[in-house]
Formats: sequence, structure tokens, C-alpha cells
Amino acid sequence: MSDNKKLYGLLAEYDSASAIYTACEKVRDAGFKKWDSCTPFCVHNLDKAMGVKPSFLPWLVLGMGITGGVSALCFMLWTSVADYPLNIGGKPLWSVPAYIPITFEVTVLFSCLTAAFGMFAICRLPTLNHPLFESERFKKVTDDKFFIIIEAADDNFDLASTRALLEGSGAAHVEEVEGEL
Amino acid sequence: MEAKTVDKSELVVPEGSIWGKLHLIGLALAVIGLGAWYAGFGDDPARGYYSYHFGFITTLSLALGCMAFVLIQYLVRAGWSMGIRRIAENGMMTLPVFALLFIPVVLGAHDLFHWTHVESHDKFLKAKAPYLNEGFFYVRAIAYFVLWSLLAAVYYRRSVAQDAGDKKELTKLLVVLSPAGIAIYALSQSFAAFDWLMSLQPHWYSTIFGVYFFAGSMLFTFSFMALVLMGLQRAGALTNVVTTEHYHDIGKFMFGFTVFWAYIGFSQFMLIWYANIPEEVEFYYHRLAHGWEFISWAMPITHFFVPFLFLLSRHVKRNRLGLAVGAVWIIVMHIVDIYWLVLPNFAAHGLKFGEHAPHMHVNMGDFAALIGVFGVFLTVFGFLLNKNLLAASGDPRFEESLGHENY
Repeated sequence: MSDNKKLYGLLAEYDSASAIYTACEKVRDAGFKKWDSCTPFCVHNLDKAMGVKPSFLPWLVLGMGITGGVSALCFMLWTSVADYPLNIGGKPLWSVPAYIPITFEVTVLFSCLTAAFGMFAICRLPTLNHPLFESERFKKVTDDKFFIIIEAADDNFDLASTRALLEGSGAAHVEEVEGEL
Repeated sequence: MEAKTVDKSELVVPEGSIWGKLHLIGLALAVIGLGAWYAGFGDDPARGYYSYHFGFITTLSLALGCMAFVLIQYLVRAGWSMGIRRIAENGMMTLPVFALLFIPVVLGAHDLFHWTHVESHDKFLKAKAPYLNEGFFYVRAIAYFVLWSLLAAVYYRRSVAQDAGDKKELTKLLVVLSPAGIAIYALSQSFAAFDWLMSLQPHWYSTIFGVYFFAGSMLFTFSFMALVLMGLQRAGALTNVVTTEHYHDIGKFMFGFTVFWAYIGFSQFMLIWYANIPEEVEFYYHRLAHGWEFISWAMPITHFFVPFLFLLSRHVKRNRLGLAVGAVWIIVMHIVDIYWLVLPNFAAHGLKFGEHAPHMHVNMGDFAALIGVFGVFLTVFGFLLNKNLLAASGDPRFEESLGHENY
């Protein structure tokens, strides 16, 4: 570890859910993009206060669901009609009703796996370490403190003015966090 | 969240709005519909009874769906639905009237139900006679109506009793009763579907049939509730009681039950198709020729894929117009579904295996009977809508419903 660490961002600590709620609205209105809030429990509607945009994950799930359904159906068509035709109970080779349950299951399988792993990818998980873990105060996030972190990489970030913004938003404490993701 | 308050004037039908005359509109529809049905009745009584049965079953599915909705809200101690529950309660309270509406079905029993004049050589009907005999059939019918009326009355009276604002403890009793209520409901509606729909084709049987009927009835119920709530809000009622969040949830149910309907319908079909046993395939065999095949082939698309893809998006469910279009579409498809269950059995009596049901022929009597029976439903529904508050504002969870949000 070198001595001149890079600034990761500014970490502001709040004492209550309502304090972080109004603070999030202020940070949102200031036009920041690369920032996040961390709370010990789900604060309802905080996503609205933060102005979080709807995720594009649903489209990914829809696309992969359709892909799964179509490929399952095509695969069964190929195996039962082209590659290895078997006469089962005198039914036609291309018997769609028999393929529906598997098509359905594969559609669900692809959708669910995409939703789960897509969420992982969007959240950049697994992240084995994070600069925030260097902060002693941040450990309280799993107990009774609420935090906002604004990244230095944000275009609007300016050490002095951003610190002033956070301090003016009702923060109990503001500190600089160093390190790289 | 700041606590919301609701003005009492929001909870009554606005003066001068068309909703204040709903019972009169219903009465007019009932007179016109049933009158027109009866006018054409003399031409072919057997066909006339089938028209009536179609109208009866379709409307009954709505009333039964309403009761299921109310019972489930208590069963799971739902909070979100308190602002909209009263609409379903009004629908549920029409159930006693269906005992009267059942009279024409009784009169036409011999034309509707082949097994009532069982031929001695019919092995299947002989074997089923311990269950499918007229005496037991009527005993069961009476039991259904008594149970439904009792359940509806027990829940409706106590819910309305809370309207004054006190007696919040009544909810406790209804919650305690709801597991028994839902069990009674599930068994009675399932057996009613066996008796009144499945036995139209007495050789055929499907153990999942009651669930299939339930899926359709819930689709009708949620669509109907969405439309009534939108109409009431346009008239100026319930403005702060029902929000986009509630419509979103109703939309989710419409979407979910669309999938459920298809799942159950396909489960029923696939086992029969796979096994290929004569007395089982008979049901689909009759519905794959003479005009019925168009409905049979269309249903997976129009009753499943279209509403599924349409209601898939969150934005459509949260949009009033989008949800209204979905609701109307689903109701029309549900009516077609019941038509497809009932009418192919007409004159299919005594058909030998391999013979098809007669050609599909929609006549004015079908529409007239449906409008007439639905008019009777609307008469009672409209009367109750105007008699009591539009929302169960006395329920202890009412405020929870006002602040309801989907996260």
C-alpha cells in the first residue's frame, strides 16, 4: 500500500431514517450520479428520494426468457423430429402439447437465472473488498447509523463544495474515504 | 408517511351520478334481457335453457369470485385492499339471489342434464348414479346456496356494521372464521362447477375442473372491480381512497390469474390428450369441430398470450386506460370461455362416440339471457352500492390501505 492513496469519496453519517431521507433528496437535486446510500434496514421510498432510475434488468429477463422458451422448443423439435424420431403411442412426431411443460420450465429457468445473475452483475458482485470497509464509522451501518457516500469519480464532485453540501444536509459527521475499488 | 384522512363524502355515491341509478339500470337490463330471452324461448325451449344456463353460470362466476376475494383478504389479514374490498363484498352479497335465478335451471334440468333421464344401458351413468341422481343433485344445490348465503351474510353484515367507525373488534371474528370459510367456499364452488358445468357432459370428468372454473371467476372478479372502481372515481368518489397502487395490485392479480388459468387449462388438456381415453377426450373432441374449433384454437392466444403480454408491463398496469382495456378484454374472453364450456353440450345428448356436437350457432337468446341475468346481479349490486359506504372505512386496516404503496 502506498502512502498517497487516491480519494474514493465523501462519507456522511446520519442519525435517523428521516435525516437521510431529506439528505438524499438534496444530493439528488444537486445532480450527482455516482453516489449511494447505506442503511441498516429498508427505508421505504428512499429510492424515490434518491431518484433511482428503473433498472434495465426486466428487459434482460424478458429477452432471456424468450430465448430460453424458443431454444427449448427448437431443441425438442430437432431431437424428436429430425435427429432421433421415435413413435410414441402413435402420436405425431411434432406433438406440441408434450413439449409445453418443458418449454415453460426452461423459460422460467432462464428468466430466474438471468434475474439472479443479472442482478449480481449489475451490482458488481462479488466485490471482495470495498474502500468503505476502511472506515471505522461505517461499521455502524449494520447497527443504527445511516450513510451517504458520494464518489470522487462523479463529474459534479468537488471536495470543498460537496463536503459543504453534505454538512448542510444534516449530516452528523462527514469524512473522506480513501482507496480504490 | 403522513396519515391520510378521507372525507366522508368520498365514501358515498356522488349525487346525480349514474352510479346512483345503477340498480334501476340493472333492473331495466334484467327486464329487457330476460324478456327478450323469454320471447324467443317458445321456439326451442331446450336451446333457451342452454342460453339461460350460460348467462347464469357466467354471472355466478363473478359473485363467487367476489366471495373468494373477500375471504382471502381476511384469511391473509390483508391491509392494502381495505379501500376496495367493499366492491367485492357487494358482489358477494348477490349470492342469495342466485338461489332464485337457479329456478329456470331446475325447470330445464331435463333439457340441460342428460343424466337426469338415465338410460338403463348406459354403463357410465349407472356407475355414477350414486352421485349423479336428481335427489342428491337438488340437495347439493340447496346446500351450496345455503352455505354461500350464510357466508356472504356473516361477512357482509359485520363489515357494514363497522361503517359507523366503532366495532373494530368484529374484524377479529371474521379473521378467525376465514379458514373455515375458505374451505367451505373451495369445496362448494368446486362441486357446484362439477354439478352444473361438468355434468352437462356426464361421461366426461376432470378432477381439476373446479379449479379451472375458479381461475376464470377470479379473472372476471378482478376485471370487474377495476372497472367499477375507475367508474366510481370518474364520478368523483373514492378519490383519495383508491390510488394507482391499488390498480397496480388488481392488475397484478389479473395478470397472475391469466397465467393460472392457462396453467390449469393446459394441465387439464395435456393429461387427457396424452392418455387418449375415449370418455376423457370426448370433451375436446366435441369442441374441435363444427365451428367450436375456432374458439378452441383461439383461446390459448386470446385468453392467455394476448392479456399475458399486454399486462406484463408495470406501466400498463399502472395506467388507467391500459388496465381498463385489459379488464374489458379479459371479461369478454371469460364470457367466451363459459360459452365454450356450456353450449357445445346442447343437443349433444345421445351422441355416439365419434359423432360431433352440432354446429356452433350463437343466437340472440344467448346475449339476452346473459344481459338479463347480469342485470339482476347489477340490480342487487347497485342497490347495495348505494345503501352502504363505498369502502370499508371502519376496518382497522383501512388507514394502511390509504397509504399502500408497491415498493
